[in-house]
Amino acid sequence: MTNHTLSILVANRPGVLTRIAALFSRRGFNIRSLAVGPTEREEWSRVTVVAQVGDDGALEQIVKQLNKLIEVRKVLELGSSAVVREMMLVKVRADVSTRSQIIDVVSLFRGKAVDVSAESITIEATGSDEKLAALLEMLSPHGIVELVQSGQVALGRGAKSMSENKAK
Amino acid sequence: MAQTDGQVMTGAQALVESLERMGVDVAFGIPGGAILPAYDPLFDSSIRHILVRHEQGAGHAAEGYAMSSGRVGVCIATSGPGATNLVTPIANAYMDSTPLVAITGQVNSHAIGTDAFQEADIRGITMPITKHSYLVKDVEGIPLAVKEAFHLAATGRPGPVLVDIAKDALVKTAPFVWPEEMDLPGYRPTLKPHARQVRAAAKMIAESKRPVLYVGGGVTLAKAAPELAELVERTRIPVVTTLMARGQLPDSHELNMGMPGMHGTVAAVGALQKADLLIALGTRFDDRVTGKLDSFAPHAKVIHADVDPAEIGKNKAVDIPIVGDVKETLKQLNKAMEDLDAPDAEAWRRQLGIMKARYQPRWEEAPDGRLSPQEVIQRIGQLSPEDSIYVSGVGQHQMWAAHFLPHERPNSWLNSGGAGTMGFCVPATMGAKVANPDSTVWGIDGDGCFQMTNQELVTCAINNIPIKIAIINNNVLGMVRQWQSLFYEGRYSNTDLKTESLPDFPKLAEAMGCVGLRATNEVEMDAAIQQALEINDRPVVVEFVVHKDAMVWPMVPAGVSNDEIRVARDMAPEWEEEEL
Repeated sequence: MTNHTLSILVANRPGVLTRIAALFSRRGFNIRSLAVGPTEREEWSRVTVVAQVGDDGALEQIVKQLNKLIEVRKVLELGSSAVVREMMLVKVRADVSTRSQIIDVVSLFRGKAVDVSAESITIEATGSDEKLAALLEMLSPHGIVELVQSGQVALGRGAKSMSENKAK
Repeated sequence: MAQTDGQVMTGAQALVESLERMGVDVAFGIPGGAILPAYDPLFDSSIRHILVRHEQGAGHAAEGYAMSSGRVGVCIATSGPGATNLVTPIANAYMDSTPLVAITGQVNSHAIGTDAFQEADIRGITMPITKHSYLVKDVEGIPLAVKEAFHLAATGRPGPVLVDIAKDALVKTAPFVWPEEMDLPGYRPTLKPHARQVRAAAKMIAESKRPVLYVGGGVTLAKAAPELAELVERTRIPVVTTLMARGQLPDSHELNMGMPGMHGTVAAVGALQKADLLIALGTRFDDRVTGKLDSFAPHAKVIHADVDPAEIGKNKAVDIPIVGDVKETLKQLNKAMEDLDAPDAEAWRRQLGIMKARYQPRWEEAPDGRLSPQEVIQRIGQLSPEDSIYVSGVGQHQMWAAHFLPHERPNSWLNSGGAGTMGFCVPATMGAKVANPDSTVWGIDGDGCFQMTNQELVTCAINNIPIKIAIINNNVLGMVRQWQSLFYEGRYSNTDLKTESLPDFPKLAEAMGCVGLRATNEVEMDAAIQQALEINDRPVVVEFVVHKDAMVWPMVPAGVSNDEIRVARDMAPEWEEEEL
């Protein structure tokens, strides 16, 4: 199974996310991560789906089926060159003796501390899935108290916008 | 500008006005609480509303209307159970790409989500079985939703569209505004095929030695029979017509090899298996046609033309994809073939011709002088007028009807293909008759199917819709029983309907205001068919009592290669001596 990032421009209307999620479920496609948010144009939203796919045929079928949804404006598979980010908030066990050590590690990953208490420190970090996994591995010896991670968002590189081109 | 533009009206009035503007002349439905406001203006409208006995009947009737007329069928139901009763016909329309608009009432917008009386999230329920759906909560949104729904249902790959309208939106008032534009930025079906792809296809056709035109329901939907006929005459390529495409090329045409698939003819199945080129037109390589996919048409290159790009390459890898309306594709293909030679396929035609002559679908005489179901169906076709329309239920009688009725005209054969919906026949026959009041419309039904939706015969009797229903009564759920005979050592678990004792079908028919007839032998059979054909002031139901052990042959057992086709139990056709 390989992961593919699909950027889906959709009409900003109620029920669109349900249609996309339902389509994945009905056709037996796997979603690894999902993120939805506004775009540069109010009437559109962008859904970023990381799809887990067995072969190219399945990926092609996902894209074609997504394109059939009336409220889907455009579907683009973002290649490996795209800028890809996930965000993680992680609460790590920390006291006076370990706190600065943790902050050192976190700053190596360009993360930052966003909350601190006598027994814990909460870290915010963004990056690719791999980078966040690496950070987590460094932090786990201290004890992970709580973790939350966003779905992946991504944009293609260069000046072009996905919504500029004639859709579909 | 129409008189009603800008006029303040209720949402209900706006709905009916919008339906009238879309040219709706008939709707099938049942009122209820949430949709009740709409039924008041409907009372005075130009739309003929046919009050059915069950919402499933409304849905299938709308399908029958749509399939036989090429127009959008309309059904109406109230919220909750009314709407959920439409689920089966909506799913059926989705599988067979039938243009259908289903209008349902919904509870008041502020009550949505509170588990209000007769509330069901019908939009959510039908999301995977509709082409698109609307939940309208504002009176102002009604005309646009209706306009878009009809456009979506009828264009591109047709299909069912649901318009769910909250009751308060039907009750509130607003000035009527008919939208000039639709708001469907993501919807642009490709209708015009790519010229380069068509040229490449033409070249591949010209170079082929064993080509087959594999014709599906898309040709029916696109009304492309004349263009298909032209291509066949021009290229002399043998044709197979799927269950959804029977009649697109007359069965009497020498190059029509019949229906492919699990119960296809040997010539049609063999044509696909031995072909070096499939020209697939408006068809989707359904598992009932392909059998085991990896051994389907193993020697063939594939040209696949379909209006839905997602069908291309979904099941079978394709060499030349052509996205577009199949009628337009055929036109361009005909033009492209003008400059090219027809394929050199004389030997292939001869080979298939031999297979066709040798392995015509046939049946064994019924024991002890009883009627054979196949014989009954064939006889109905022989005695009925040429312009008759035939509708079937689902099961053995459907397959026999596909083989033994005269499929000579396009768009005169209606059945439930993809979904296989038992109970389709009676209401769909009603819908077809409403759309074609001057044609003889026969429903060929089974005793199992008939008992699912026969109450619509009351609707037919009351509304002067004189359909003819033939019940092929073999007392059992025949197709399931056939599988039990073949694959479950004859253990007939729950397939005996005991319809030899109950119900008394002619009496049941009479009770519903129809003429009820029964035939148990050949003499009675002809007399009953003749009598049924002469009655045009009432619906007629003829029960044909047939023997229960008749099986549908040929057959490719589920999950195996089409090469394993059997022409009768334990009997394979002889391929080898015919190898090229």
